[in-house]
Amino acid sequence: MTDETDPAGEGWFAGLAPDEPGAEAIAEGGTETPRPWPRLAVEAGFATDEGAYYDRLHEATTRATRRAVREREAADDQQVKHAVRAMDDCRRTANELAERLAEWAGTVDGGGSGIEYARELAADADGEPFAGLARRVADLAAEADRLESFVETRTPEVAPNLSALAGPVLAARLLSLAGGLETLAKKPSGTIQVLGAEDALFAHLRGHAPSPKHGVIFTHEAVRGTRAEDRGSAARALAGKLAIAARIDHYSGDRRPELEGELADRLATIRARADDSSAAGDTDDGPATGSTDDGPAAGSTDDGPAAGDTDDGPATGGPNADGGIGDVE
Amino acid sequence: MSSELPAGVERRVVDGRERLATRGEPVYGEPTDGEWRAWNPARSKLGAMLELGMETAFEGGERVLYLGAASGTTVSHVADFAGPTYAVEFAPRPARDLLSVAASRPRLFPLLKDARRPETYAHVVEAGVDAIVQDVATRGQARVALENRRFLADDGRLLLAVKARSEDVAREPAAVFEEITDELAAEYALLERRRLEPYHADHLAVVAEPR
Ligand SMILES: C[S@@+](CC[C@H](N)C(=O)[O-])C[C@H]1O[C@@H](n2cnc3c(N)ncnc32)[C@H](O)[C@@H]1O
Repeated sequence: MTDETDPAGEGWFAGLAPDEPGAEAIAEGGTETPRPWPRLAVEAGFATDEGAYYDRLHEATTRATRRAVREREAADDQQVKHAVRAMDDCRRTANELAERLAEWAGTVDGGGSGIEYARELAADADGEPFAGLARRVADLAAEADRLESFVETRTPEVAPNLSALAGPVLAARLLSLAGGLETLAKKPSGTIQVLGAEDALFAHLRGHAPSPKHGVIFTHEAVRGTRAEDRGSAARALAGKLAIAARIDHYSGDRRPELEGELADRLATIRARADDSSAAGDTDDGPATGSTDDGPAAGSTDDGPAAGDTDDGPATGGPNADGGIGDVE
Repeated sequence: MSSELPAGVERRVVDGRERLATRGEPVYGEPTDGEWRAWNPARSKLGAMLELGMETAFEGGERVLYLGAASGTTVSHVADFAGPTYAVEFAPRPARDLLSVAASRPRLFPLLKDARRPETYAHVVEAGVDAIVQDVATRGQARVALENRRFLADDGRLLLAVKARSEDVAREPAAVFEEITDELAAEYALLERRRLEPYHADHLAVVAEPR
C-alpha cells in the first residue's frame, strides 16, 4: 500500500539514552512501515536481548499510555464544563425570553406561560409578530436539552464515581464551578460543600451573614430530602463523599461503588437523629474550611470531613457561580 | 470438529461448571480456581470463537496485535496464553483500565492509538506478528483490517469480529457481513466465517490469512 514512504523508518527506541523511558517517542513518533523492532533494537545495542527489549517496551508503553489517558481525560473535563455552562445559559435565556413572549402573546392569544407555551406558539403562531421569537425560544430550549444529554453521557466517562454519587448534571456543575476535575479533586470537602454559594460565603466572611451550609449540592436529594435542621450535617456528609469520589476519579479512575452505600448509611444515621427528639446536636454545620493562605477562614467545625489545606480560597466559579443556591437558613 | 485449544487455554471446572480458562491475574470479577480464571465467551468475541471451535490457529506463545482492546477483558486472556501482545485502544476511559490489566502482564503493551492510523504505531508494533485480533465495533471495520495487514506475517492469521450494527444500524446484518467480507477479500483469503450466536447477537467472526 504505502510501502514506498520511508521504507527504513526508525523504531521508537532510536536515539534514546539508556536511562530514558521513551514515553514521548511512543506517543509522538510514527512511521509507515513496521519492522522487526525487537531484533533491530538488540542489533543496535539498545537492549541486550529481546527479553530486555520487551521489558523496556512495557515500561515505555505503559508510561506513554498513562500520560496520554490523563491528558485526554483532562481535555474531556473541559468539554463537560463548557457544555454544562452553555446548558445553563440556554435554559436561563430561554426562560427569560419565554416570559417576555408570554407577556406579549398574552395581549393577543389566550395566554399561557413558560417554555411549553413558547413551543405551542412556535408551532401555530405563524404570521404573528412574535412567531420568530417563539421559534427561537423553542430552539434554545431544545439546545439546552441536547446539551443536557451530552452532559449525561460524557460526565460519567470523565468522573465515574462523582457522577454515580451526584448524578451527572450536578457532577458537571461541580466540575464547572471548580474549573475542572483536577482542581475539584484538590479541594477540601468544606469548599465543595459551598461551591456555588460564594456570594453567601463572602457575605458571611464580611460578617453580615451566617455561614452558608451548602452551595449547588443543595439540589441533591441527600440534602433536599433531609429535614431543615439536619441539612447542614447531610450537606457535610455528602460533600465528604463527593470529595473522595473526585479524588478517586482524578488520581486512579477506579470505580468504587461502595461510596454510595457509605453515603446512604451516613444519611440514615443523620436522619434517624430527627426521631430521637431534636435536642442539642451540632449547631454549626458550616463548611469545614481549613485555614487558607489567601482566602479568609470560615467558621470552624467540630467533625468536618478531613479537609486538606489548600491555598486557594473559596472557589470563585465561572459564569454560573451566581446561579448557585446560597441557602443560609 | 472442535479444534484444539492453544497451550495455556484449558477447559476446566471453575465455579461448578466446565469453562474456558487461562492463568493470570483476575480482571473483571470472573470466577477463578487457583491461578485459573474463567474466560466468559459471552463477554469476549475471541472467547466465543474458541468456544465454538473455530480454527484460530493459536497454539500459545504467539506475537499478537489486538485492535480495540477496550478495558482489557479479552486481551487479558490473550496475554495470558500468547507471547508479546500489543493492545491498541483509542478511548481514554477504557484505556485506563487496560493499564491495570497490563500492570501484572509484562508482555502486554497498551497503546492509546487509533487503529485506523497504523502509521502512528508502526514504530512500536513489530512487523510479522502471528495474529491480529480485531474487535473495534466501529464504522469501517474492513478498512481497519486492511490498514493493519502490514503488521501480519505472511502465514499469520486475522481473527476478526464484525458487529453489524456498528456499520449500519438500519441494514440487515447479513448484507453488512457480505459487504465487509467482499472488502476484506482485496488482501485476505477467508478461511472460515460464522456468526457468534448464542454468545453475541448480530456479530460475524472471520478467520482469514493474508493473500
Ligand atoms: C466491543 S469493544 C472491544 C471489547 C474488547 N475487544 C474485549 O472483548 O474485551 C470495541 C472497542 O473498540 C474501540 N475502538 C473503536 N474504534 C477504534 C479505533 N478506530 N481504534 C482503536 N480502538 C477503537 C472502542 O473504543 C471500544 O473500546
